[in-house]
Amino acid sequence: MTRFIIKRLASMVLVLFAVSVITFLIFNVIPNGDPAVRMAGKQPTETQVQAIREEWGFDKPIYVQYATTMKLLFTGQMVSYFSQLNVVEEIWKGVPRTFALAIGAAILWMIFAIALGLWSAMRAGGISDNLLNVFALIGISMPVFWLGALMNQYLGFELSNVLGFELFPNGGYVEFSESPWQWFHHLILPWIALSVLFIGFYSRVLRANIIETMDEDYVRTARAKGLSDRRVLLHHVLRNSLIPVVTLWGLDFAVVIGGGAILTETVFNLQGVGQYAADAIGQLDQPPILAVTMFGAFFVVFFNTVIDIVYAALDPRIRLEAGDSA
Amino acid sequence: MNTAADRAESDLQEFDSPPAVTGGGEAGIGPWRLAARRMRRRRGALAFGLIFVVLVAVCLLAPVYADLVAGSGPYENHLTDQVTVDGQSVNVVGYDGIPIGPTWQGEFLLGADGNGRDVAVRLLYGGRNSLLIGIASAIITTILGLIVGLLAGYFRGWTDSVLSRLMDILWAFPVILLGIALGTSLALGGLALGPIDISGGSLAIPIFVIAIIYVPYLARPIRGEVLSLREKEFVEAARAQGMGSLRLIASEILPNVLSTALVFFPLLVANAILLEAALSFLGAGVQPPEPSWGTMIDEGVQRIITAPALAIVPGVMLVLTVLALNVFGEAVRESLDPKAKVRIEH
Repeated sequence: MTRFIIKRLASMVLVLFAVSVITFLIFNVIPNGDPAVRMAGKQPTETQVQAIREEWGFDKPIYVQYATTMKLLFTGQMVSYFSQLNVVEEIWKGVPRTFALAIGAAILWMIFAIALGLWSAMRAGGISDNLLNVFALIGISMPVFWLGALMNQYLGFELSNVLGFELFPNGGYVEFSESPWQWFHHLILPWIALSVLFIGFYSRVLRANIIETMDEDYVRTARAKGLSDRRVLLHHVLRNSLIPVVTLWGLDFAVVIGGGAILTETVFNLQGVGQYAADAIGQLDQPPILAVTMFGAFFVVFFNTVIDIVYAALDPRIRLEAGDSA
Repeated sequence: MNTAADRAESDLQEFDSPPAVTGGGEAGIGPWRLAARRMRRRRGALAFGLIFVVLVAVCLLAPVYADLVAGSGPYENHLTDQVTVDGQSVNVVGYDGIPIGPTWQGEFLLGADGNGRDVAVRLLYGGRNSLLIGIASAIITTILGLIVGLLAGYFRGWTDSVLSRLMDILWAFPVILLGIALGTSLALGGLALGPIDISGGSLAIPIFVIAIIYVPYLARPIRGEVLSLREKEFVEAARAQGMGSLRLIASEILPNVLSTALVFFPLLVANAILLEAALSFLGAGVQPPEPSWGTMIDEGVQRIITAPALAIVPGVMLVLTVLALNVFGEAVRESLDPKAKVRIEH
C-alpha cells in the first residue's frame, strides 16, 4: 500500500508540474504580442509595463520566466495590476463560498439522481420513464447561466414582489457565521441551478446501471431465496449500481470546485473563486485568471489522486494492477 | 495508469437500453446498413434531426431576412429612430433606456436590444456564428482526435506515452477554466503560429480553443479501440502482405473507428455550442459587437429586469438547438454502437 501511495504521489507531482507548464505557456508564450502588456490590462502606461516586465522577468530566458511566475504565485506575491489587490488573498476569500455551493449542489444532485434513476428503472419503458428521460435531456441541454439568470429574476426577484416577502433571495451570499439560515436561504437557488445538469446526467447513468444489474445472477439468487423486492432493490441492486456513479461524483465534485461553478457563482453573485476569475475577464486582468486556472487544475489533480488512493485502500485489486503495470 | 477517471469511464454504461431491434441476425447486411435501418425506425429522433437542419437553414438565411423583412443589419443601431407599430410611431429605445419589446411585425419582430439593434436579425446572425463555431470546432476536434488516437494506439511505445500524457494533462483542467484561460489570453494577443496569423477578435479563436479542449474526449476512446484492432487478424494479414504503417492505419484501421467518431460528432457539436455560449457569456469567447447566442444572453442578462425577452429569446434558441442535437445524437449512438460510452463535459 505504501508503495502504491508513493507511486501515485510521484505521478501526481509530475502531472502538477506539467499542468503548471501548460498554464504558463497559455498565458505567457502562446499568444501573440508582449506578455507584459497583456498582464497590465486595459490602457497600461509605459512605466507600468516596464515594471511588470522586470517583476515577471519577461526580459529573461523562458525558464527564468517560468520560475518567476511560479514564485510569484506560490509565495503569494502575485498582484492584480488592475485592482492592486493580492491575487492569492482574494482567492482564499472566495474558497469557502465556492465550497458551500459545490457541496450543497453535489448532495442535492446525488439525492435526486438516485430517486429519479430508481423510479425510471422500475418503470422502464413506461410513460413516467419517458417523461423523465425528456426532462433529463432538456436539463443536459440547458446552459446553467441562462437557467440561473431566469431563476434569479423570476423566483428571486419577481416572485418576491408578487408575494410581498422573499421566498427566495435575489442573489448574493451571507456568511454562515453571520446567519446560518440566511446562508442556507441564499444558496437554495444556486444549488438547484447547478444541480439540474448533473441530475439529468446521473439519473440516466444510474437507470442504465440498475437495469443492467437486475439481470445479474446474484440478484436472481437473492430473489430466489425469498428476499422482498424492496430489500433486493436497495441492498443488492442499488448498492452495486451506485459504485461507478460515486466515482463520477467525486470527479465531478472536484471539477465543480476547481472552476466548474464559475457560471453559477457569477449569475447569483456569490463572490466565490470562479466569480473572481470571471470578473477579471471583463477587465482583461490576467493575473487572477492565471492563478485561478492553475489552482483549479491543481485541485482537480490532487483530488483525483486522493480518490485513487482511497479506492486502492478499499479494493486491493487496484493496488496489484497498478503495481504490475507501472 | 489506472486512474479513477479511467475506471469511471469504463464503468459508464450507455444511458438507455438499446432499441428493441434484434439486428445482426439477417445475413448479408453490413454494419452501416444495419445502423441506417435502426435509425429509420427512430421517428422521434429523426424529427429532432430535422429541427436542427431547419434551424441551420433559417440561420443561413439571416442576410435575406435582414434585407427583405427587417430592413436592418446585425450591427445597425437605431437608438434615436422610431418605428411604426399599429399605426403609431414609437421610439425604438425609450427615453428611460428601455428598448422596444416584440412588435410581431417585419421590423423589430422580437424587439430591439439596448443599442436599438433588431433582436430577430441578431438572433439569426448570432445563430450563424454559434453554429459555425460548434460545427467547425467539432470537425477539428474529430480530425485531431482521430490522428492522436490512431497514432497513439497504433505505434504505442513513446509515441503513445507522449500523446497520452498530453491528453491526461489537458483532461486535468476543468473544461470551462481551460476555455477561459485560452480564450482571454488569445483574445488579448491574437495567435501567430508560423504562417497562421489570427487577430484577437476573430471567430477562429473560439473555434480553435473549443476544438483543442475536446480532443482528449475523442482521442482516448479511439486509442483504446485501435489498441485492440491492431492485434486483429486482418491487420496482421495486411502487414504480412507488406503494407506500410501509414497506409495500414488509413485503409484498415481508420474505417473501423469511424463509427465511434460519428457517434461523438453530434454530441461534440452540442457541447461546443454550449461551451461557446458559456465562454461568450463570460467575455472569453465571441467578442462584441459580433453577435452569438452567448453574447446575446450576456447582454440580455444585464437588462433582464427591464427587458427580459433579450435574455429569454437567444436562450430558447440555444436550448432548442442543443436539445435537437442531443436527442438526434443519442439515437445515432444507439443505432451505430449501443455499447459506446460517451461523456462530454461542458
